[in-house]
Amino acid sequence: MRIRSAGLLAATAALALTTACGGGGQEAADQPKGTMVIWADPERTEVLQPFAEEFGSANGIKVDVQEVAADTIQSDFVTAHEGGSGPDVLVGAHDWIGNLVQNGAIDPLQLPQEKVDALNEVAVEATTYDGQLYGVPYAMENLALIRNTELAPEAPETFEDLVETGKRLKQDGEVEEVLGLQVGQTGDPYHMQPFYTSAGGYLFGTDDQGNPDPADLGVGTPESVAAFEKIAEFGEEGEGVFKRSIDAENVASLFHQGKTAFFVTGPWSLGAVQEAGVEYDVSPVPGFAGGEEPRPFVGVQAFFVASGSKNKVLAEEFVTNYVTDPELATALYEADPRPPALTEVMEKVSKDDPAVAKFIDAGADGRPMPAIPQMDAIWDPFGKAQAAVIGGADPQKAVESAAETIREEIG
Amino acid sequence: MLGLAAAVALWAVFPLYSAGNWAGVGAVVAVTGLIFYVYLSKRAVPAKYLVPGTLFLVAFQIIPVLYTLSTSVTNYSDGHRGTKEEAVEQIEASSVQRSPDSTSYTLTVAARGSAPGGELVFLLTAPDGSAYAGDAQGLQPLPGATVTPSGKITAAPGYTVLPPSQANARSEEITGLAVPSGSGTGIRSSGFSTAYEGRSTLTYDAGCDCITDAETGRVYTADDERGAFVADNGDRLPQGWRVGVGMANFARFLTDPDIRSSFLGILTWNIAFAAGTTAMVFALGLCVALTLHTREHFTGRTAYRLLVVLPYAMPSFAMFLLWRSMFNSDFGLLNRMLGLDTDWFGEPWTARAAVLIVNIWLGFPYMFLVATGALQSIPRELVQAARIDGAGAWQAFRQVTLPLLMVAMAPILVATFAFNFNNFNAVWLTTEGGPFPTDNPMAGATDLLITYTYRLAFGASGAQYGYAAALSVFIFLIVTVMSVVSLRRSASLEEVHR
Repeated sequence: MRIRSAGLLAATAALALTTACGGGGQEAADQPKGTMVIWADPERTEVLQPFAEEFGSANGIKVDVQEVAADTIQSDFVTAHEGGSGPDVLVGAHDWIGNLVQNGAIDPLQLPQEKVDALNEVAVEATTYDGQLYGVPYAMENLALIRNTELAPEAPETFEDLVETGKRLKQDGEVEEVLGLQVGQTGDPYHMQPFYTSAGGYLFGTDDQGNPDPADLGVGTPESVAAFEKIAEFGEEGEGVFKRSIDAENVASLFHQGKTAFFVTGPWSLGAVQEAGVEYDVSPVPGFAGGEEPRPFVGVQAFFVASGSKNKVLAEEFVTNYVTDPELATALYEADPRPPALTEVMEKVSKDDPAVAKFIDAGADGRPMPAIPQMDAIWDPFGKAQAAVIGGADPQKAVESAAETIREEIG
Repeated sequence: MLGLAAAVALWAVFPLYSAGNWAGVGAVVAVTGLIFYVYLSKRAVPAKYLVPGTLFLVAFQIIPVLYTLSTSVTNYSDGHRGTKEEAVEQIEASSVQRSPDSTSYTLTVAARGSAPGGELVFLLTAPDGSAYAGDAQGLQPLPGATVTPSGKITAAPGYTVLPPSQANARSEEITGLAVPSGSGTGIRSSGFSTAYEGRSTLTYDAGCDCITDAETGRVYTADDERGAFVADNGDRLPQGWRVGVGMANFARFLTDPDIRSSFLGILTWNIAFAAGTTAMVFALGLCVALTLHTREHFTGRTAYRLLVVLPYAMPSFAMFLLWRSMFNSDFGLLNRMLGLDTDWFGEPWTARAAVLIVNIWLGFPYMFLVATGALQSIPRELVQAARIDGAGAWQAFRQVTLPLLMVAMAPILVATFAFNFNNFNAVWLTTEGGPFPTDNPMAGATDLLITYTYRLAFGASGAQYGYAAALSVFIFLIVTVMSVVSLRRSASLEEVHR
C-alpha cells in the first residue's frame, strides 16, 4: 500500500489554504495587464484559439485561451474567483449559472434585442436566470434515439414499439440488449429524464414567471411514484430493458459493436458512431404509449463574463459582440458537432448535416435543465432511487426516501 | 541553504507586498530571520538539524489542521464564500436591468481633452445617427463628430478616442460609469462598442443594513448569523457571505438522526475494511515473499518478482476503473469467465468482497517488496541455528523469523491501516459507496467514513467546506486515537529486539 497522506480533504484544505494565503495576489501579478484569459475545457480550447487571437490582434491585446479539465472547471473557476486570480471569460454549461451567481462569480450581460432574437429561444431561456441573461449561448444539446438502421430500419413511434423490435432482435440472436441506455449502479437522472417525464413525472414545478420553483418539488408526488412504477415495468425484474449493468463506460461500445440496435444519447456521441461505421439514423426518444410527451433536458453551452475580471470591457465586448458572430459559431460547430444556438447557423448546418437537424427536432419538446442551485440536491438521491427501482426495489419506498433526502438538503 | 532561503523569501515577499498582505510579509521575514539566525550563529547546533523538519511540519501538518479547525466553525460553502462587502457589490451589480424600451447606442470610449488620460466620456451614436457625449453629469449633443457607417465615432473635437487596449486598461471606470438619462436610469457600457439604458433595481442602504428592491418594494435585511439578506417572507438573495457559526456544524453532525442511525454501521465496516485489507495484504505479500526467498536458484525468479510488483506499478486510478468494469454483472470479465451470474455491486456482501479483492490486489505488491527487504536483512544463521536446535520449519518461522520481521513491519502495518482507513479512491472509484438501501440513499454498504462524509458535505448542495471541515475533524480524531493505540501496541513488539 503506498503511504500517502494526501487524503482528499487534506488536499482540498491545502488548496484552499494556498488560495487563502495570498496566492491570489501572486497569480494576478503573473498576468501582465492587458492579457485577456479565457477558460475552456480541452475540447473547445483549440477551436477557440484562432478566434481569440484574431480578436486580440484586432484590439491590440493579448488573448490567452487556457485549457481546464472539464470535470473540475466549474469548481476551479469559483475557487479562482475567490482568490482573485480567475479568468476573464469562462466557457461552460448553463446549469452552472445558479451556483456561479450565488458565489458572485459571473456578471449579467446586456444583449441588444436583435441579438437575442437571433438566438434559439430555448437557449436564451436556459441562460436567463432570475430575469437576467448571464451567458451568451453558442451550442445546445439534448438526448435523442440513435438506431442501427440495418437492425431496425423504422424509427419506433412509442417506447413499446422499441421494446418489441428490440426483443425480437434479441430472440433472433441479432443483438444482446434491447436498449442502450446508461443507468449504472447509482442511476443517471439525465438519461432517464425523457422516460421519467413521459411517464408523468417532473422535478420542479414552475413559478408564475416560468422559472423552476424549488418550493414545488416533483419528486415524492403521486405522479413521480406512478412514473417510477412505469420505469420498474421495464426494469430488471420486468422486461429487462433498463439495466444497471449498462453504464456510461460500456453503453457506446454496445452500440458500436452492434450488440444493441438502440442507443439513447446526445450529439456528443455522433462522431464516435460515425467512426465505428454503424449505419444509423436519429429520431426523438420515444415516449410510453398513451403517456406524456417525453421532455429530455436541453443543455446549453455558453460564454460567461467573470465578475472578478480585470479586463471587463474587453471580456464583455468579446462575449456580447464577438461570440455572437455566425462565423465563430460555424467553426465551433465544425470542431464539435453540437447544434448551434444561433438560428441562422443552425439552419445552415442542418442543411449539410441532417443528423444535427434531427437532434434539434428531438429536443423540440425538451426543457432547459434547471439552473437553480437546488438542482444539485436532486441528482444523487434521485439517481439512486432510479437505480434501485430498476433493480427491483419498491417504487413507493424508493421515491419517498429520495424525496425526503432532497427536501432535507433544500431546507 | 541560506541562499535558497533568501531566494524563497524574495520570491514570496514581493507579491505579498504588492497585495498589501502585511501579516504574510511579517511571517516570511520572521521565518527567514529564524533560518539565518540558526545557521549563522555558532551556538544553536542542535537546532540546525531540527529547524528544517520543524518548519515543514508546521507548514504541511499543523497549519492545515489549524485551518481546517478554523473553517469548521464557519458557514464557508457555495453561496457563502466571500465577505459581506463583496456580496453587496455583486448583488447591486447583477441587479442592473435593461429598460424595456431601451435605446441601443453605438459606443465609443473617449477621454476629454487631448490626452488619453483625461476624464472618461462615452461618445454615443443613437440608432438614428445623432451623436452625443455622455459623462456622469448627463448627455450632451456632440456636433462635428466623424461617424463611420457602422455608427462608431472615430474623431470628435475636444475628445481623444481611446483604442481598445487603452479603454480596457480603464475597465473599472468604464463599467462604473452610468450616464444619467432620466429617472433612475443610466446609459451603461456593454463591452466597448455598445451601450444600453438600464437601472439598478437593488440598492444597499448602510443605515438599515438592508437591500431594497426598487421594483417590488421588498426589503431584504442582513442576517449576520446566516450570512444572507433575508426578506420578511423568508425569501433570501442568493449571494451570501461567510460568517462564524460556532459549533453549529458539529451539532448538525451529532444531532442528525439519519447520521446517527448509519454512523455505527459505517464505522464498523470502515474498521473491518482497513483491518481486513492490512491483514490480507500482509499475509499475501509475506507468503509471496517467503516463496521467492529461497536459496535455490530457479529460472525466472526476476520475472516472477516483476510480475508480482506489476499491480503496484500501474496507476491505481486506472486499475480501480478497470476492476469496476470487470465486476460488471452482465458484461464483466469475472462473471463471464467464471460463468457466474453474481450482481457484484448490487448486494452488500458481494460489493464488500469486491472492494476488498481490488484493494488487496493493488496493495500486496508493496507488502511483498517490504517483506522481501526485511527477510533479506534477517541473518540465515538464526534460522539455521533454530533448525539445529530441533525446531521445525514452521516453528522456526513462527519463533524466529516472524518476530524479527515484525519489528520492521509493524510501523508499516500501522501506516497501511491508517492509509486504508481513509482510502477514498478504493471505494469511490469502484462502488461509489453502494449498494444503497432503498430507504436511505445517503449511506451505502461499502461506504467508508471518508466517502460518507464526502457525500454529506459535497454530494448534494454544492460544496460545504465548513461542514466538511467539521466532519474531517471528527475523522482526524478517530484516526488519531486508533494510530496512537496501535503504535503503542507495536512498540511492545520492539521489546523483542532489545
